[in-house]
Amino acid sequence: MTQSVLSIRDLTVEIPTRHGILRPVDGVSYDIAPGEILGVVGESGAGKSMAGNAVIGLLSPPARIAKGEIHVNGKRIDHLKGDAMRRLRGKEIGMVFQDPLTSLNPLLRIGDQLTETILAHLDVSRSEAEKRAVAALDEVGIPGAAERITSYPHEFSGGMRQRVVIALALCAEPSLIIADEPTTALDVSVQAQIIALLKSLCKERGTAVMLITHDMGVIAEAADRVAVMYAGKLAELGSVRDVLTTPRHPYTDGLMGSTPLASRGKKRLHQIPGAMPRLDNLPDGCAFHPRCPFAQDTCRADPAPKLSDGNGAACWFPLSHAEAVA
Amino acid sequence: MALVSVANLTRIFDVSKPWLNRLIERRKKAYLTAVSDVSFEIEEKTVYSLVGESGSGKSTIGKMLVGLQRPTSGSVKIRDVDLARETDAAKIDAVRADIQMIFQDPFASLNPRWRVRDIIVEPVAARGGETKGLAEKLLEQVGLSARDAGKFPHEFSGGQRQRICIARALASEPRLIVCDEPTSALDVSVQAQVLNLMSDLKDDLGLTYLFISHDLTVVQHISDRVGVLYLGRLVEEAAPDELFDDPKHPYTQMLLEAAPKLGEFGRDVPPPKGEIPDPINPPTGCAYHPRCPLAADICKAERPQMRELREAKVACHMAK
Ligand SMILES: Nc1ncnc2c1ncn2[C@@H]1O[C@H](COP(=O)(O)OP(=O)(O)OP(=O)(O)O)[C@@H](O)[C@H]1O
Ligand SMILES: Nc1ncnc2c1ncn2[C@@H]1O[C@H](COP(=O)(O)OP(=O)(O)OP(=O)(O)O)[C@@H](O)[C@H]1O
Ligand SMILES: [Mg+2]
Ligand SMILES: [Mg+2]
Repeated sequence: MTQSVLSIRDLTVEIPTRHGILRPVDGVSYDIAPGEILGVVGESGAGKSMAGNAVIGLLSPPARIAKGEIHVNGKRIDHLKGDAMRRLRGKEIGMVFQDPLTSLNPLLRIGDQLTETILAHLDVSRSEAEKRAVAALDEVGIPGAAERITSYPHEFSGGMRQRVVIALALCAEPSLIIADEPTTALDVSVQAQIIALLKSLCKERGTAVMLITHDMGVIAEAADRVAVMYAGKLAELGSVRDVLTTPRHPYTDGLMGSTPLASRGKKRLHQIPGAMPRLDNLPDGCAFHPRCPFAQDTCRADPAPKLSDGNGAACWFPLSHAEAVA
Repeated sequence: MALVSVANLTRIFDVSKPWLNRLIERRKKAYLTAVSDVSFEIEEKTVYSLVGESGSGKSTIGKMLVGLQRPTSGSVKIRDVDLARETDAAKIDAVRADIQMIFQDPFASLNPRWRVRDIIVEPVAARGGETKGLAEKLLEQVGLSARDAGKFPHEFSGGQRQRICIARALASEPRLIVCDEPTSALDVSVQAQVLNLMSDLKDDLGLTYLFISHDLTVVQHISDRVGVLYLGRLVEEAAPDELFDDPKHPYTQMLLEAAPKLGEFGRDVPPPKGEIPDPINPPTGCAYHPRCPLAADICKAERPQMRELREAKVACHMAK
C-alpha cells in the first residue's frame, strides 16, 4: 500500500470561551492518498474550514489543536510552530481559498509573487525561478503567460485570478493542496475550467487534494472519496459513488434529498427539519438525533459510534437502502 | 394578458472616468451596456427565471422591473402600466404595491437594530396601512412563529432570515416578487426550505415570480419559463424541459455541459473556452461569436434576432 500524503488521526480543535470549551473539530480521522481528491462536505458551520486550517497551521487563536495527530508524507506536523510551519506550507502544502484576493498581494506583479514563492521553497537560481513562474502560469491555462507575468492581480478577471492562485499554490510542487471552496465565487464555465485543472494536476503530478465545497455536483465530478461533516464530527466517509448514491448516514441522505436534481423534476425537495445545533448547545447522544427521522433511545443517550477503519457511517442505525428518504 | 411585459429593454451605464482624468489621459467617454434590447413576458402565477453568468445583466433587469432603476430605452409594463412613463400617481402607487423584491444576502438586507415585527411591516407602515397582528400572521405563513416578532435579526440563522425577508416582501400583498439569487448564500438544506416555501406561497397566494439565479439545477426545479442571458442579451427562451433537453443556443449548450452533474461520477468536462468579453467593448454581431464553435462570418457582422425554433426562441444565426 502506498503511503498517504495526508493522514489525520483523531484531530480535535478546541476554542476556549467564557462558557466552556467549544469543539469545532472533534475526533476527525482520514487519509488522502497520492493523486486522490477527498471532497469535504457538510452544512455551514460543520467545521470543514477549521479542519483544513488546522492542517495548514492557520487556526486563528484562541482556536488550537487540542488532540490528535497530523502527518504529511509520514512526517508529523501538528506540533510545528512559526517558521517550521511556514516553510512546510507552500513547500509541501499549497492552499487555494474562495476569495483569490486573500492569497494575492495586490501591490506585487503576478510574476514576482510566483518567483518569490519558488525561491523561498525550492533550491533554484532566480532565472530558473522566473522560468518556472512562466511555466506555472502556462500550466494553469493563462494565455500569453510570458507577457501576463508583469500584470497586477487587479488586471485579471475573477476566474483568471483563481488560476493564478492555483499556480501560486502549485509552483513549489507541494504534495498536498487544500482547496477551500475554490470555485464558490465563480461562474459555472469558470468553475468547470478550475475543476478540470485541479483534476488534471492531481492525475499528472500525483498531488493529493482536499476539496472543501458545498456543491454536491462538484464533489460527484471531482472527488474520489468524500467526507461528510456534521457539528465537528465525521458523519460519513467513503467512495464518492457509495456515499452519494447509497448514503448510510441519515444526515447524508437528508443532504442528498434536499439537492435539486434534474431527475427529481418539480417534486418538493426533502427538508431536513431544524438546523445544525450551535457548538455551545450540542444535544446529548448523537448530535444529529434531534433532526433524524430514525432516532431511537440509543441515539439520544449515547454519542454516535466512531467510523470503523475510516469507512462507513458514524451512526447507530445506518440506513440499509430500503428506508432512505431521497 | 401577461402580468409583466418587457419590450426592447436597454440599460446603459456611463462608466467614464471623471472629466479631468479624461482630459489629461485623452480618453473618450465610456459606456457599458448592461442590458441590451431584451424582451420577454411573464404570465400571471408562473415563475420566469433569468439565468446567466456574472455580469450578464440579471440584477439590472430585476431592478428595472421593480422600478429601482430606469430603463435607458425600451419599457417594462406591469398590468399595462409603464412605471417609467405613467403620469397618474395613483396608478403608479397601485402597481408599486404589487411588486416586491428579495435579495441574495439575507444578512445585509435586514436592519440589525430593528425588531423583526418592525422590519416586516415597514413596507405597509410606510404607506399608512393597517399593521396590527400582520407580522405575526406573516411569520407563521413563512414557517416561523408569532413569538419571533419581538426578536432581532441576529437571533436567526441564514435560512430563517431569508424567511423574514420573504415575510416582509409578502406584507403588502404583492402579486409579483422579484427574487435576486434568493438562495445563493444558503446551504442546500436551507435552500430546500426556502424553495419549498416559495412554491407553496405561489400556489396558496397566486404569486408570480421573476427568479434570478446562476444555478441551473435550481432554475430547472422552480421555473415555468427560462430566459438565458449573455452579456446583457437574451439568447434563448423556453420552458425548462425544452431548454434542458434540447438547448439550441451554443452558449446554453456550453452552460449546461459545464454545470456539475450529481449523477455523473468522475465526469471529465471539456473545459469551456475563453472568457466573458469586456462589456464596454462587446464583440460585434453576436456577442458570443468569439467563443462559439459554430461561428461563421454572419455571426461577426450581424446581431441575431430572436426567432422561433421548435418549442423555443433563440437568438442565433446557426442554431437548427
Ligand atoms: N472564534 C470562534 N469562536 C467561537 N466559535 C467559532 C470561532 N470561529 C469559528 N467558530 C465556529 O466553528 C464552527 C466551524 O466553523 P467552520 O468555519 O470550520 O465551518 P465550515 O464548515 O467551514 O462552514 P462554511 O461552509 O460556512 O464555510 C462554526 O460553528 C463556527 O461558528
Ligand atoms: N451602477 C452601475 N454602474 C456601472 N455599471 C454597472 C452598474 N450596475 C451594473 N453594472 C454593470 O452592468 C453589467 C450587468 O450587471 P448585473 O449586476 O446586472 O449583472 P448580474 O447578471 O446580476 O451579475 P451577477 O451574477 O454577478 O450578480 C455588469 O457588467 C456590471 O458591471
Ligand atoms: Mg468554510
Ligand atoms: Mg446580480
